[in-house]
Amino acid sequence: MTVVELARRLRGGAVSARELAQQALDAARRRADLNAFIALDAERAEAAASAADAARAQGRDTPLLGIPFAHKDIFCTRGLRTTCASRMLADFVPPYDAHVTERLDVAGAVLVGKTNMDEFAMGSSNENSAFGAVANPWDGTRVPGGSSGGSAAAVAAGIVPFATGTDTGGSIRQPAAFCGITGLKPTYGRVSRYGMIAYASSLDCGGVLARTAEDCAHVLAALAGHDPRDATSAQRPVDDYVAALDQPWAGLRIGVAREYFGAGVDHGVAAAVHAALRALEQQGARLVDVSLRNAHHAIAAYYVIAPAEASSNLSRYDGVRYGHRCANPTSLEDLYTRSRAEGFGAEVQRRILTGTYVLSAGYYDAYYLRAQRVRRRIADDFAAAFAEVDLIAGPTTPTPAFRLGEKSGDPLALYAADVNTVAVNLAGLPAISLPAGFVDGLPVGLQLIGPAFAEARLLAAAHRLQQVTDWHTRTPGARP
Amino acid sequence: MSLDTDRLRHLARLARLALPEPQLAPLQHDLARIVTLVDALQAVDVEGVPPLAHPLALGLPLRDDRVTDADRHADLAALAPAEAGGYYLVPKVLE
Repeated sequence: MTVVELARRLRGGAVSARELAQQALDAARRRADLNAFIALDAERAEAAASAADAARAQGRDTPLLGIPFAHKDIFCTRGLRTTCASRMLADFVPPYDAHVTERLDVAGAVLVGKTNMDEFAMGSSNENSAFGAVANPWDGTRVPGGSSGGSAAAVAAGIVPFATGTDTGGSIRQPAAFCGITGLKPTYGRVSRYGMIAYASSLDCGGVLARTAEDCAHVLAALAGHDPRDATSAQRPVDDYVAALDQPWAGLRIGVAREYFGAGVDHGVAAAVHAALRALEQQGARLVDVSLRNAHHAIAAYYVIAPAEASSNLSRYDGVRYGHRCANPTSLEDLYTRSRAEGFGAEVQRRILTGTYVLSAGYYDAYYLRAQRVRRRIADDFAAAFAEVDLIAGPTTPTPAFRLGEKSGDPLALYAADVNTVAVNLAGLPAISLPAGFVDGLPVGLQLIGPAFAEARLLAAAHRLQQVTDWHTRTPGARP
Repeated sequence: MSLDTDRLRHLARLARLALPEPQLAPLQHDLARIVTLVDALQAVDVEGVPPLAHPLALGLPLRDDRVTDADRHADLAALAPAEAGGYYLVPKVLE
Protein backbone atom coordinates (compact mmCIF):
# COMPACT_ATOMS: atom_id res chain seq x y z
CA MET A 1 0.00 0.00 0.00
CA THR A 2 1.03 3.59 -0.56
CA VAL A 3 1.80 6.23 2.06
CA VAL A 4 -1.42 8.02 1.12
CA GLU A 5 -3.54 4.85 1.47
CA LEU A 6 -1.94 3.95 4.80
CA ALA A 7 -2.46 7.50 6.09
CA ARG A 8 -6.15 7.23 5.18
CA ARG A 9 -6.46 3.97 7.11
CA LEU A 10 -4.66 5.44 10.10
CA ARG A 11 -6.92 8.49 10.01
CA GLY A 12 -10.04 6.34 9.81
CA GLY A 13 -8.91 4.22 12.74
CA ALA A 14 -8.82 1.04 10.62
CA VAL A 15 -5.26 0.39 11.76
CA SER A 16 -2.78 1.77 14.31
CA ALA A 17 0.79 2.88 13.77
CA ARG A 18 1.88 0.08 16.12
CA GLU A 19 0.14 -2.48 13.93
CA LEU A 20 1.71 -1.03 10.79
CA ALA A 21 5.17 -1.08 12.38
CA GLN A 22 4.67 -4.69 13.44
CA GLN A 23 3.51 -5.65 9.94
CA ALA A 24 6.59 -4.00 8.42
CA LEU A 25 8.94 -5.76 10.83
CA ASP A 26 7.20 -9.11 10.19
CA ALA A 27 7.43 -8.59 6.43
CA ALA A 28 11.12 -7.67 6.69
CA ARG A 29 11.82 -10.89 8.62
CA ARG A 30 9.70 -12.98 6.24
CA ARG A 31 11.68 -11.57 3.31
CA ALA A 32 15.10 -12.05 4.91
CA ASP A 33 15.99 -13.80 1.62
CA LEU A 34 16.20 -10.38 -0.06
CA ASN A 35 18.90 -9.20 2.39
CA ALA A 36 17.41 -5.73 2.05
CA PHE A 37 18.10 -4.75 5.65
CA ILE A 38 21.35 -4.39 7.56
CA ALA A 39 19.50 -3.78 10.82
CA LEU A 40 15.95 -3.86 12.16
CA ASP A 41 15.09 -1.98 15.32
CA ALA A 42 11.83 -3.31 16.77
CA GLU A 43 12.21 -1.46 20.05
CA ARG A 44 12.70 1.94 18.44
CA ALA A 45 9.87 1.26 15.97
CA GLU A 46 7.51 0.28 18.77
CA ALA A 47 8.32 3.47 20.73
CA ALA A 48 7.94 5.73 17.68
CA ALA A 49 4.70 4.03 16.66
CA SER A 50 3.24 4.35 20.15
CA ALA A 51 4.16 8.03 20.17
CA ALA A 52 2.49 8.45 16.76
CA ASP A 53 -0.68 6.72 17.95
CA ALA A 54 -0.73 8.93 21.05
CA ALA A 55 -0.24 12.07 18.96
CA ARG A 56 -3.08 11.06 16.65
CA ALA A 57 -5.32 10.44 19.67
CA GLN A 58 -4.51 14.05 20.66
CA GLY A 59 -5.77 15.26 17.30
CA ARG A 60 -2.53 15.51 15.30
CA ASP A 61 -2.92 14.47 11.68
CA THR A 62 0.08 14.98 9.40
CA PRO A 63 0.77 13.00 6.20
CA LEU A 64 3.60 10.80 7.52
CA LEU A 65 2.37 10.39 11.10
CA GLY A 66 2.62 6.69 11.99
CA ILE A 67 3.86 5.60 8.54
CA PRO A 68 6.61 2.95 8.75
CA PHE A 69 9.75 3.49 6.67
CA ALA A 70 13.43 2.53 6.40
CA HIS A 71 16.58 4.61 6.15
CA LYS A 72 19.41 3.78 3.80
CA ASP A 73 22.25 2.87 6.16
CA ILE A 74 24.13 6.01 5.12
CA PHE A 75 21.98 8.35 7.25
CA CYS A 76 23.23 8.71 10.80
CA THR A 77 20.75 7.54 13.42
CA ARG A 78 21.65 8.42 16.99
CA GLY A 79 22.16 5.29 19.04
CA LEU A 80 21.52 2.98 16.06
CA ARG A 81 24.46 1.44 14.22
CA THR A 82 25.14 3.17 10.90
CA THR A 83 27.52 1.14 8.75
CA CYS A 84 27.40 2.53 5.19
CA ALA A 85 27.61 -1.21 4.37
CA SER A 86 31.31 -1.07 5.17
CA ARG A 87 33.49 -3.12 7.42
CA MET A 88 35.08 0.24 8.27
CA LEU A 89 31.92 1.34 10.10
CA ALA A 90 30.62 -2.10 11.14
CA ASP A 91 30.43 -0.98 14.79
CA PHE A 92 29.82 2.74 14.32
CA VAL A 93 26.99 4.05 16.49
CA PRO A 94 26.52 7.74 15.67
CA PRO A 95 26.16 10.17 18.57
CA TYR A 96 23.86 12.37 16.47
CA ASP A 97 21.05 12.23 13.90
CA ALA A 98 21.30 13.25 10.25
CA HIS A 99 19.11 16.19 9.21
CA VAL A 100 17.01 13.75 7.18
CA THR A 101 16.64 11.53 10.25
CA GLU A 102 15.50 14.48 12.36
CA ARG A 103 13.03 15.64 9.72
CA LEU A 104 11.29 12.28 9.44
CA ASP A 105 11.22 11.94 13.24
CA VAL A 106 9.53 15.32 13.49
CA ALA A 107 7.08 14.27 10.75
CA GLY A 108 6.09 11.31 12.94
CA ALA A 109 7.24 8.59 10.51
CA VAL A 110 8.24 5.32 12.17
CA LEU A 111 11.74 4.01 11.44
CA VAL A 112 11.79 0.20 11.34
CA GLY A 113 15.35 -0.42 10.10
CA LYS A 114 18.39 0.47 8.05
CA THR A 115 18.70 -0.78 4.49
CA ASN A 116 21.55 -2.48 2.69
CA MET A 117 23.51 -0.58 0.04
CA ASP A 118 26.73 -0.58 -1.94
CA GLU A 119 29.61 0.22 0.40
CA PHE A 120 29.88 4.02 0.84
CA ALA A 121 27.27 4.29 -1.96
CA MET A 122 29.83 3.20 -4.55
CA GLY A 123 28.12 0.83 -6.93
CA SER A 124 25.20 0.20 -9.24
CA SER A 125 24.22 -3.34 -8.22
CA ASN A 126 24.33 -3.49 -4.40
CA GLU A 127 26.91 -6.26 -4.76
CA ASN A 128 29.61 -4.07 -3.13
CA SER A 129 28.22 -4.47 0.39
CA ALA A 130 30.14 -5.85 3.35
CA PHE A 131 26.78 -7.34 4.37
CA GLY A 132 26.20 -9.24 1.14
CA ALA A 133 24.28 -8.61 -2.06
CA VAL A 134 20.56 -7.76 -2.21
CA ALA A 135 18.13 -9.71 -4.42
CA ASN A 136 15.66 -8.03 -6.77
CA PRO A 137 12.10 -8.84 -5.59
CA TRP A 138 11.01 -9.31 -9.23
CA ASP A 139 13.64 -11.99 -9.84
CA GLY A 140 15.84 -13.23 -7.03
CA THR A 141 18.68 -14.03 -9.44
CA ARG A 142 18.96 -10.38 -10.45
CA VAL A 143 20.40 -7.26 -8.83
CA PRO A 144 18.09 -4.61 -7.35
CA GLY A 145 20.40 -1.87 -8.65
CA GLY A 146 22.44 0.38 -6.44
CA SER A 147 23.63 1.95 -4.47
CA SER A 148 20.25 2.30 -2.68
CA GLY A 149 19.44 -1.35 -3.52
CA GLY A 150 18.12 -2.34 -0.09
CA SER A 151 15.76 0.64 0.02
CA ALA A 152 14.44 -0.15 -3.47
CA ALA A 153 13.97 -3.86 -2.70
CA ALA A 154 12.23 -3.11 0.62
CA VAL A 155 9.71 -0.81 -1.07
CA ALA A 156 9.19 -3.06 -4.10
CA ALA A 157 8.57 -6.08 -1.84
CA GLY A 158 5.95 -4.12 0.10
CA ILE A 159 7.89 -4.20 3.38
CA VAL A 160 7.74 -0.42 3.80
CA PRO A 161 5.80 2.14 1.73
CA PHE A 162 8.85 4.39 1.40
CA ALA A 163 12.55 4.47 2.17
CA THR A 164 15.26 7.09 2.03
CA GLY A 165 18.10 6.90 -0.45
CA THR A 166 21.02 8.90 -1.74
CA ASP A 167 21.95 9.59 -5.33
CA THR A 168 25.50 10.54 -6.37
CA GLY A 169 25.41 9.18 -9.93
CA GLY A 170 22.02 7.47 -10.13
CA SER A 171 21.83 5.61 -6.82
CA ILE A 172 18.14 6.40 -6.23
CA ARG A 173 16.89 6.39 -9.83
CA GLN A 174 18.64 3.26 -11.11
CA PRO A 175 17.47 0.92 -8.30
CA ALA A 176 13.98 2.48 -8.51
CA ALA A 177 13.95 1.59 -12.23
CA PHE A 178 15.25 -1.95 -11.64
CA CYS A 179 12.69 -2.60 -8.87
CA GLY A 180 9.64 -1.03 -10.55
CA ILE A 181 9.11 1.81 -8.09
CA THR A 182 9.33 5.62 -8.09
CA GLY A 183 12.57 7.29 -7.03
CA LEU A 184 13.16 11.02 -6.66
CA LYS A 185 16.57 12.69 -6.65
CA PRO A 186 15.99 16.31 -5.67
CA THR A 187 18.05 19.31 -6.79
CA TYR A 188 21.52 19.41 -5.23
CA GLY A 189 21.20 21.37 -1.98
CA ARG A 190 17.42 20.92 -1.59
CA VAL A 191 17.89 18.27 1.14
CA SER A 192 20.62 18.80 3.76
CA ARG A 193 23.63 16.48 3.67
CA TYR A 194 24.23 16.91 7.41
CA GLY A 195 24.74 13.45 8.91
CA MET A 196 24.64 11.76 5.50
CA ILE A 197 27.93 9.91 5.19
CA ALA A 198 29.93 11.58 2.41
CA TYR A 199 30.98 9.95 -0.86
CA ALA A 200 31.38 12.80 -3.41
CA SER A 201 30.27 16.03 -1.79
CA SER A 202 29.50 18.09 -4.91
CA LEU A 203 27.26 15.28 -6.24
CA ASP A 204 25.71 13.58 -3.16
CA CYS A 205 21.98 14.13 -2.77
CA GLY A 206 19.44 12.68 -0.34
CA GLY A 207 16.03 11.65 -1.64
CA VAL A 208 13.23 9.13 -1.54
CA LEU A 209 12.08 5.81 -2.99
CA ALA A 210 8.34 5.06 -2.87
CA ARG A 211 5.56 3.53 -4.93
CA THR A 212 4.14 6.73 -6.35
CA ALA A 213 5.08 10.30 -7.23
CA GLU A 214 2.35 11.44 -4.83
CA ASP A 215 4.10 9.63 -1.97
CA CYS A 216 7.44 11.12 -3.03
CA ALA A 217 5.83 14.57 -2.84
CA HIS A 218 4.73 13.96 0.75
CA VAL A 219 8.16 12.70 1.81
CA LEU A 220 10.08 15.46 0.00
CA ALA A 221 7.84 17.99 1.76
CA ALA A 222 9.16 16.62 5.05
CA LEU A 223 12.83 16.48 3.94
CA ALA A 224 13.33 19.70 1.99
CA GLY A 225 14.48 22.96 3.50
CA HIS A 226 17.47 24.97 4.57
CA ASP A 227 19.85 23.61 7.19
CA PRO A 228 22.68 25.89 8.36
CA ARG A 229 24.78 22.82 9.27
CA ASP A 230 25.26 22.03 5.55
CA ALA A 231 27.08 24.93 3.85
CA THR A 232 25.63 23.85 0.48
CA SER A 233 22.03 23.68 1.70
CA ALA A 234 19.85 25.88 -0.51
CA GLN A 235 18.44 29.02 1.08
CA ARG A 236 15.28 29.19 -0.89
CA PRO A 237 11.62 28.60 -0.03
CA VAL A 238 10.26 25.08 -0.39
CA ASP A 239 7.42 24.70 -2.89
CA ASP A 240 4.14 23.02 -1.92
CA TYR A 241 4.84 19.76 -3.76
CA VAL A 242 1.56 18.13 -2.79
CA ALA A 243 -0.62 21.06 -3.87
CA ALA A 244 1.28 21.22 -7.18
CA LEU A 245 0.39 17.61 -8.07
CA ASP A 246 -3.02 18.51 -9.42
CA GLN A 247 -2.24 21.83 -11.03
CA PRO A 248 -3.20 22.15 -14.70
CA TRP A 249 -0.26 21.52 -16.99
CA ALA A 250 -1.58 21.61 -20.55
CA GLY A 251 1.19 22.40 -23.00
CA LEU A 252 4.01 21.05 -20.87
CA ARG A 253 6.97 20.62 -23.23
CA ILE A 254 8.91 17.42 -22.70
CA GLY A 255 12.27 17.17 -24.43
CA VAL A 256 13.09 13.69 -25.66
CA ALA A 257 16.86 13.45 -25.43
CA ARG A 258 18.05 11.44 -28.43
CA GLU A 259 21.36 10.62 -26.73
CA TYR A 260 19.47 8.65 -24.06
CA PHE A 261 18.20 6.24 -26.72
CA GLY A 262 21.63 5.56 -28.18
CA ALA A 263 23.61 2.37 -28.71
CA GLY A 264 23.40 -0.04 -25.82
CA VAL A 265 19.80 0.80 -25.00
CA ASP A 266 17.65 -2.33 -25.03
CA HIS A 267 14.92 -2.17 -27.71
CA GLY A 268 12.23 -3.25 -25.25
CA VAL A 269 13.29 -0.54 -22.81
CA ALA A 270 13.21 2.12 -25.54
CA ALA A 271 9.78 0.95 -26.73
CA ALA A 272 8.35 1.02 -23.19
CA VAL A 273 9.68 4.52 -22.58
CA HIS A 274 8.30 5.78 -25.89
CA ALA A 275 4.91 4.30 -24.98
CA ALA A 276 4.98 6.11 -21.62
CA LEU A 277 5.86 9.35 -23.39
CA ARG A 278 2.94 8.88 -25.77
CA ALA A 279 0.68 8.48 -22.72
CA LEU A 280 1.97 11.84 -21.47
CA GLU A 281 1.37 13.31 -24.93
CA GLN A 282 -2.24 12.13 -24.80
CA GLN A 283 -2.54 14.03 -21.53
CA GLY A 284 -1.60 17.25 -23.29
CA ALA A 285 2.18 17.26 -23.10
CA ARG A 286 4.13 18.26 -26.19
CA LEU A 287 7.11 16.06 -27.11
CA VAL A 288 10.11 17.92 -28.48
CA ASP A 289 13.32 16.41 -29.83
CA VAL A 290 16.33 17.72 -27.89
CA SER A 291 20.04 17.00 -27.95
CA LEU A 292 22.51 16.88 -25.07
CA ARG A 293 25.71 16.92 -27.09
CA ASN A 294 28.13 16.09 -24.32
CA ALA A 295 26.02 13.35 -22.74
CA HIS A 296 28.48 10.67 -23.85
CA HIS A 297 31.29 12.35 -21.88
CA ALA A 298 29.36 12.20 -18.61
CA ILE A 299 30.65 8.79 -17.48
CA ALA A 300 34.28 9.78 -17.99
CA ALA A 301 33.82 13.12 -16.20
CA TYR A 302 31.95 11.43 -13.38
CA TYR A 303 34.60 8.74 -12.87
CA VAL A 304 37.21 11.46 -12.42
CA ILE A 305 35.24 13.85 -10.21
CA ALA A 306 33.48 11.35 -7.95
CA PRO A 307 36.60 9.31 -7.10
CA ALA A 308 38.61 12.53 -6.60
CA GLU A 309 36.09 13.76 -4.05
CA ALA A 310 35.83 10.28 -2.53
CA SER A 311 39.57 9.96 -2.04
CA SER A 312 39.51 13.21 -0.10
CA ASN A 313 36.34 12.43 1.90
CA LEU A 314 37.40 8.93 2.84
CA SER A 315 40.79 10.09 4.12
CA ARG A 316 38.99 10.67 7.43
CA TYR A 317 38.89 6.91 8.09
CA ASP A 318 42.25 6.54 9.79
CA GLY A 319 41.65 3.96 12.52
CA VAL A 320 42.25 6.62 15.17
CA ARG A 321 39.07 8.52 15.94
CA TYR A 322 36.35 6.03 14.97
CA GLY A 323 35.81 3.10 12.66
CA HIS A 324 37.83 -0.05 12.09
CA ARG A 325 41.30 -0.33 13.55
CA CYS A 326 43.75 -3.12 12.65
CA ALA A 327 45.10 -5.40 15.38
CA ASN A 328 48.56 -4.77 16.89
CA PRO A 329 49.75 -1.81 14.83
CA THR A 330 53.52 -1.50 14.88
CA SER A 331 53.64 2.18 13.89
CA LEU A 332 51.27 5.03 13.10
CA GLU A 333 51.82 4.41 9.37
CA ASP A 334 51.04 0.72 9.84
CA LEU A 335 47.93 1.66 11.81
CA TYR A 336 46.64 3.91 8.98
CA THR A 337 47.45 1.68 6.04
CA ARG A 338 46.31 -1.65 7.48
CA SER A 339 43.14 -0.24 9.09
CA ARG A 340 42.14 1.26 5.75
CA ALA A 341 43.07 -1.81 3.68
CA GLU A 342 41.09 -4.08 6.03
CA GLY A 343 38.16 -1.69 6.43
CA PHE A 344 37.47 -0.80 2.79
CA GLY A 345 36.17 -3.24 0.17
CA ALA A 346 37.62 -3.67 -3.32
CA GLU A 347 35.50 -1.09 -5.17
CA VAL A 348 36.02 1.56 -2.49
CA GLN A 349 39.79 0.98 -2.72
CA ARG A 350 39.64 1.22 -6.52
CA ARG A 351 37.85 4.56 -6.32
CA ILE A 352 40.18 5.93 -3.66
CA LEU A 353 43.17 4.98 -5.83
CA THR A 354 41.57 6.42 -8.97
CA GLY A 355 40.85 9.63 -7.11
CA THR A 356 44.37 9.76 -5.73
CA TYR A 357 45.70 9.30 -9.25
CA VAL A 358 43.65 12.07 -10.90
CA LEU A 359 44.57 14.48 -8.11
CA SER A 360 48.26 13.58 -7.93
CA ALA A 361 51.07 15.91 -9.00
CA GLY A 362 51.32 16.14 -12.78
CA TYR A 363 47.85 14.71 -13.48
CA TYR A 364 45.56 17.23 -11.80
CA ASP A 365 45.21 19.49 -14.86
CA ALA A 366 44.90 16.65 -17.35
CA TYR A 367 42.19 14.82 -15.43
CA TYR A 368 40.53 16.65 -12.56
CA LEU A 369 40.54 20.15 -13.99
CA ARG A 370 39.62 18.90 -17.46
CA ALA A 371 36.75 16.85 -16.02
CA GLN A 372 35.45 20.00 -14.36
CA ARG A 373 35.53 21.83 -17.69
CA VAL A 374 33.59 18.95 -19.29
CA ARG A 375 31.21 19.14 -16.33
CA ARG A 376 30.49 22.77 -17.27
CA ARG A 377 29.76 21.70 -20.87
CA ILE A 378 27.32 19.06 -19.63
CA ALA A 379 25.56 21.57 -17.34
CA ASP A 380 25.42 24.09 -20.22
CA ASP A 381 23.78 21.49 -22.48
CA PHE A 382 20.97 21.07 -19.95
CA ALA A 383 20.61 24.84 -19.54
CA ALA A 384 20.30 25.26 -23.32
CA ALA A 385 17.73 22.45 -23.54
CA PHE A 386 15.68 23.93 -20.70
CA ALA A 387 15.38 27.17 -22.65
CA GLU A 388 13.22 25.15 -25.07
CA VAL A 389 11.49 22.55 -22.89
CA ASP A 390 10.09 22.17 -19.36
CA LEU A 391 11.34 18.62 -18.69
CA ILE A 392 13.71 16.16 -20.37
CA ALA A 393 12.87 12.47 -20.71
CA GLY A 394 14.56 9.18 -21.51
CA PRO A 395 15.08 5.67 -20.13
CA THR A 396 16.57 5.69 -16.61
CA THR A 397 18.78 2.73 -17.50
CA PRO A 398 19.79 1.19 -20.83
CA THR A 399 18.63 -2.29 -19.77
CA PRO A 400 16.41 -3.89 -17.12
CA ALA A 401 18.03 -5.44 -14.02
CA PHE A 402 21.01 -7.63 -14.87
CA ARG A 403 21.93 -10.90 -13.16
CA LEU A 404 23.75 -11.08 -9.84
CA GLY A 405 27.41 -11.70 -10.64
CA GLU A 406 26.97 -10.81 -14.32
CA LYS A 407 29.08 -7.64 -14.08
CA SER A 408 30.64 -7.90 -10.64
CA GLY A 409 34.06 -8.85 -12.00
CA ASP A 410 34.12 -5.92 -14.40
CA PRO A 411 34.03 -2.42 -12.86
CA LEU A 412 33.74 -0.74 -16.27
CA ALA A 413 30.65 -2.73 -17.28
CA LEU A 414 29.03 -1.60 -14.03
CA TYR A 415 30.03 2.03 -14.57
CA ALA A 416 28.29 1.91 -17.96
CA ALA A 417 24.99 1.09 -16.20
CA ASP A 418 24.97 4.74 -15.02
CA VAL A 419 25.16 6.18 -18.53
CA ASN A 420 21.79 7.97 -18.39
CA THR A 421 21.90 9.12 -14.79
CA VAL A 422 25.33 10.59 -13.94
CA ALA A 423 25.00 13.78 -16.02
CA VAL A 424 22.08 14.87 -13.84
CA ASN A 425 24.33 14.81 -10.76
CA LEU A 426 27.12 16.65 -12.54
CA ALA A 427 24.61 19.42 -13.30
CA GLY A 428 22.95 19.22 -9.86
CA LEU A 429 19.44 18.84 -11.33
CA PRO A 430 16.35 17.09 -9.94
CA ALA A 431 15.15 13.91 -11.65
CA ILE A 432 12.64 11.15 -11.05
CA SER A 433 12.47 7.56 -12.24
CA LEU A 434 9.05 6.01 -12.53
CA PRO A 435 7.74 2.65 -13.68
CA ALA A 436 7.05 2.59 -17.42
CA GLY A 437 6.30 -1.01 -18.26
CA PHE A 438 8.11 -4.33 -18.41
CA VAL A 439 10.57 -6.24 -20.55
CA ASP A 440 10.43 -10.02 -20.03
CA GLY A 441 8.74 -9.49 -16.67
CA LEU A 442 11.35 -7.00 -15.47
CA PRO A 443 10.47 -3.36 -14.71
CA VAL A 444 11.54 -0.48 -16.96
CA GLY A 445 12.11 3.05 -15.65
CA LEU A 446 11.25 6.36 -17.32
CA GLN A 447 13.49 9.20 -16.22
CA LEU A 448 12.19 12.75 -16.16
CA ILE A 449 14.75 15.53 -15.52
CA GLY A 450 13.87 19.08 -14.52
CA PRO A 451 15.65 22.41 -14.19
CA ALA A 452 17.05 23.21 -10.73
CA PHE A 453 14.35 23.37 -8.04
CA ALA A 454 11.57 22.23 -10.43
CA GLU A 455 10.66 19.27 -8.20
CA ALA A 456 7.00 20.36 -8.15
CA ARG A 457 6.83 20.24 -11.96
CA LEU A 458 8.57 16.86 -12.09
CA LEU A 459 6.29 15.34 -9.47
CA ALA A 460 3.18 16.74 -11.15
CA ALA A 461 4.13 15.23 -14.52
CA ALA A 462 4.96 11.89 -12.90
CA HIS A 463 1.70 11.96 -10.93
CA ARG A 464 -0.27 12.68 -14.10
CA LEU A 465 1.30 9.69 -15.82
CA GLN A 466 0.51 7.51 -12.81
CA GLN A 467 -3.14 8.55 -12.96
CA VAL A 468 -3.53 7.19 -16.48
CA THR A 469 -1.20 4.17 -16.26
CA ASP A 470 -0.97 1.33 -13.76
CA TRP A 471 2.66 0.21 -14.00
CA HIS A 472 3.39 1.64 -10.55
CA THR A 473 0.62 -0.50 -9.05
CA ARG A 474 2.20 -3.78 -10.23
CA THR A 475 3.95 -5.75 -7.54
CA PRO A 476 6.35 -8.68 -7.80
CA GLY A 477 3.65 -10.96 -6.42
CA ALA A 478 1.33 -10.16 -9.34
CA ARG A 479 3.48 -10.28 -12.43
CA PRO A 480 2.18 -8.92 -15.72
CA MET B 1 50.08 7.42 -19.16
CA SER B 2 51.04 3.92 -18.15
CA LEU B 3 50.02 2.78 -14.74
CA ASP B 4 52.79 0.39 -13.77
CA THR B 5 53.27 -1.42 -10.49
CA ASP B 6 55.64 1.20 -9.10
CA ARG B 7 53.13 3.91 -9.84
CA LEU B 8 50.39 1.87 -8.14
CA ARG B 9 52.60 1.40 -5.07
CA HIS B 10 53.13 5.15 -4.98
CA LEU B 11 49.38 5.82 -5.21
CA ALA B 12 48.71 3.27 -2.46
CA ARG B 13 51.24 5.04 -0.28
CA LEU B 14 49.56 8.42 -0.93
CA ALA B 15 46.16 6.88 -0.18
CA ARG B 16 47.48 5.11 2.95
CA LEU B 17 46.33 1.70 1.77
CA ALA B 18 48.41 -1.39 2.58
CA LEU B 19 48.10 -3.47 -0.59
CA PRO B 20 49.22 -7.09 -0.33
CA GLU B 21 51.47 -8.16 -3.28
CA PRO B 22 48.90 -10.57 -4.81
CA GLN B 23 46.37 -7.73 -5.14
CA LEU B 24 48.70 -5.51 -7.14
CA ALA B 25 48.35 -7.15 -10.54
CA PRO B 26 44.52 -7.30 -10.64
CA LEU B 27 44.27 -3.75 -9.28
CA GLN B 28 46.76 -2.50 -11.83
CA HIS B 29 44.66 -4.12 -14.55
CA ASP B 30 41.42 -2.51 -13.30
CA LEU B 31 42.95 0.92 -12.76
CA ALA B 32 44.57 0.89 -16.19
CA ARG B 33 41.14 0.24 -17.72
CA ILE B 34 39.58 3.02 -15.64
CA VAL B 35 42.32 5.41 -16.77
CA THR B 36 41.63 4.43 -20.38
CA LEU B 37 37.93 5.18 -19.81
CA VAL B 38 38.57 8.64 -18.37
CA ASP B 39 41.25 9.36 -20.97
CA ALA B 40 38.35 9.95 -23.38
CA LEU B 41 38.16 13.40 -21.76
CA GLN B 42 41.39 14.37 -23.50
CA ALA B 43 39.51 14.46 -26.81
CA VAL B 44 36.85 16.93 -25.66
CA ASP B 45 37.29 20.51 -26.78
CA VAL B 46 37.21 22.52 -23.55
CA GLU B 47 39.20 25.50 -24.80
CA GLY B 48 38.05 28.55 -22.85
CA VAL B 49 35.50 26.62 -20.78
CA PRO B 50 35.82 27.53 -17.10
CA PRO B 51 35.90 24.56 -14.71
CA LEU B 52 32.71 23.80 -12.77
CA ALA B 53 33.55 22.64 -9.26
CA HIS B 54 30.04 22.78 -7.94
CA PRO B 55 26.63 22.48 -9.59
CA LEU B 56 25.00 25.51 -8.04
CA ALA B 57 26.39 29.01 -7.84
CA LEU B 58 26.38 29.22 -4.08
CA GLY B 59 28.12 31.96 -2.19
CA LEU B 60 30.09 31.00 0.86
CA PRO B 61 27.58 31.31 3.68
CA LEU B 62 28.81 33.14 6.77
CA ARG B 63 27.46 32.96 10.28
CA ASP B 64 28.18 34.73 13.54
CA ASP B 65 31.43 33.64 15.15
CA ARG B 66 29.78 31.91 18.08
CA VAL B 67 30.03 28.43 19.57
CA THR B 68 26.84 26.67 18.46
CA ASP B 69 27.67 23.05 19.22
CA ALA B 70 27.48 21.56 22.67
CA ASP B 71 30.55 19.99 24.29
CA ARG B 72 30.44 16.44 22.96
CA HIS B 73 33.90 15.41 23.95
CA ALA B 74 32.77 12.32 25.84
CA ASP B 75 30.41 11.17 23.03
CA LEU B 76 33.11 11.50 20.40
CA ALA B 77 35.89 10.00 22.51
CA ALA B 78 33.66 7.00 23.16
CA LEU B 79 33.83 6.17 19.42
CA ALA B 80 37.62 5.86 19.43
CA PRO B 81 39.14 2.37 19.10
CA ALA B 82 41.70 3.34 21.78
CA GLU B 83 41.37 6.32 24.08
CA ALA B 84 42.61 7.36 27.52
CA GLY B 85 41.89 10.44 29.58
CA GLY B 86 40.17 12.15 26.68
CA TYR B 87 43.07 11.55 24.23
CA TYR B 88 43.30 9.27 21.20
CA LEU B 89 45.90 6.54 21.59
CA VAL B 90 48.18 5.62 18.67
CA PRO B 91 51.45 3.68 18.44
CA LYS B 92 54.46 5.59 19.67
CA VAL B 93 55.67 8.12 17.05
CA LEU B 94 58.87 9.30 18.80
CA GLU B 95 61.25 6.97 20.58
